[in-house]
This record gives sequence, structure tokens and C-alpha cells, in this order.
Amino acid sequence: MLTTAGAIAAIAVMAVVTFLTRALPFLLFDRGSAPPKLVLYLGRVLPPAVIAMLIIYCLKDISFAQAGSWLPQLISVAAVVVLHLWRHNNLLSIFGGTILYMILVQAVFV
Amino acid sequence: MDRKALAAAFPVTVPVLMGYLAIGMAFGFMLQAIGYNFIWAFFMSLTIYAGSGQYLGVTLLATAASLGTVALMTLLINFRHLVYGLSMLEKFRGMGWRKFYMIFSLTDETYALLSSAQAPVGVDPRNFYFAIALLDQSYWIIGSVIGAVAGALIPVDTKGIDFAMTALFVVIAVDQWKAYRKHLPALLGGAVTILFLIILGQFFGQQQMLIVSLGVIVLLLLILRDKLEEKEEEKC
Repeated sequence: MLTTAGAIAAIAVMAVVTFLTRALPFLLFDRGSAPPKLVLYLGRVLPPAVIAMLIIYCLKDISFAQAGSWLPQLISVAAVVVLHLWRHNNLLSIFGGTILYMILVQAVFV
Repeated sequence: MDRKALAAAFPVTVPVLMGYLAIGMAFGFMLQAIGYNFIWAFFMSLTIYAGSGQYLGVTLLATAASLGTVALMTLLINFRHLVYGLSMLEKFRGMGWRKFYMIFSLTDETYALLSSAQAPVGVDPRNFYFAIALLDQSYWIIGSVIGAVAGALIPVDTKGIDFAMTALFVVIAVDQWKAYRKHLPALLGGAVTILFLIILGQFFGQQQMLIVSLGVIVLLLLILRDKLEEKEEEKC
């Protein structure tokens, strides 16, 4: 666990970086100049690439040597996708998948 | 605060009230599970105020990530805000000191409301937008504090609750997949990260490889610009 000062520093960094990502367009383009096409292009294609990257990042610690490590993740991710395509309800998809995963790691693949 | 604007904004924000209470509670619950109580939840929701960003924050705190990793991961997950700001330039013009708060509080949900909601006749649109933003953040703070308190009171085995973050990203990815005609950026992002982070990360360290993955993704997207740009324009 981080020290109290370390945790406060981490939260401060998160707060400042989050604010900067929100403020950047206003700092750069609020004087009436049109944003460069390259920025608009990256703003459109980068988000799906980054989300895919973050999903892989979340799953990075799974080990294929033990079924108990990768099967619950695989089943739960599939459940989230199916739930979301079916009901289009963010909360249902997130909580349904998480509860399923918790049951799998706590009771099934122990 | 203009009472009329607040009264007009409240019904518009009810869907966010439901969502933020639930997702905020899950955040508070996860935060308590790694040993940070409701005071931490309150201050994180007050100062950071980002749904997926704070979910990621729980993992970053739990793994005692370095400040560099914290900065990079926060930047990555919030990159989409760049697009939000671009479409709010006009709307926030002339809001004076409140503009600072409007920019700070521009989450996915608030952005969605501001993009579509119309101020009723007789209500100043600027007061109306400000009221929406303020109400949304108050729901988020209340939800996260309730979650953290509940997490401390209810003795549940929280093992596996961190999957909520993965689930949140998968939900965003499914929505993006349906909204975009071109799936190459998403596939590219996944494939490059598997190659660099999962395979090469075992030899060179995962923290460094995360930055390398991002660099390679941006580079490939720039190389493929002609191809992707052309396809996207067909939409218009």
C-alpha cells in the first residue's frame, strides 16, 4: 500500500491530468482558429484503439497455464458483450459481468 | 444559484442520477476494498471526477503504481475528452468564471446531456448548463461516498470486484464498435498491445512496453491515415 502522501500525490496527478485532457481543446482552439485536420483525425481514430489497449491491459495478468486464471475472465468478458448487445443497458452489463466474475473466482474456480 | 435553472435541469439529469449513483457506489465499494475509506472516495470524486478514470485509479492505487504510470494511464483513458471539448467550444463561450467548472466537469454523461438538452423558454441556457453539470457531479460524489460506507459496513468477499473496470471498458468498446464503420483502429489497438505488452512485456517490463504500445499504435494510425480518413468521410 502507498503511504498517505504517496496516495495524495497519485490522486493529485490523476486530477491534474484529467483536467488537462478536458481543457486542452479550449486552450488551443478557443481563439477561433480551426483545429488542424491531423488532430481531428487522431481524436476520431485513437479512442477505439486506446479502449482496446486498455482492455488488454486489464487482462494482462492472466496466465494460460491454469484454467482458473483465464477461464473466468474469458467467460465474464463474453457475458458482458452478450448482455450489452442484448439489453443495451450499461449498468446491467457492468454489474452482471462483475457479479458473474466474482462468483466464478470465489466459488467455481477456487 | 438560479432556482429556476436548477428546477429545469433536474428532470433532464434523472437518467444520470440513476447511473452515477450505481457506478459511483461500485467505485466507492472497490476503493474501500483496497483499504481507502469514504473520505478518500469523497475527495477523489470531488477533484478527479471521471468515471472510468477513477475505476482505473483504484487499480493504480492498489498496485502502488509510479506517478509516471499514473499520469500516462490517466492521459490514455481520458483522451476521448479531447473530442468532447472540441464540440463544446461554442456552447461554453461567454460563461465567465463558470466556464472553468464546465470544462472540469465535462464527463461522458454530462457531455451527452449538454449535447442534446435544450433550456426551456425563460431560463438562461448558461445557468441551465451549469445546473446540469453541478447536479451530475453531486450524484457522483454521493454515490461514491455511499458505496465506500457500505463497503466498510457490509462484510462481503470482494475478491474479483476489480473486474468492474474490465467490464466498463468492454461496454465502451461494444458501443464504439457499433458507432464506427471502420474497425481497424480497435483491432490494431488490441493486436499491438497483445504483441508488445503481453508477449514482449515478459522480457522488457510491462510499464515500458505500455508506452511503446501507444507509440506504435499512434504511428500505425498516422501511416494508415489516407486509408482510414477516406472511409470515415463516406459517413458524412
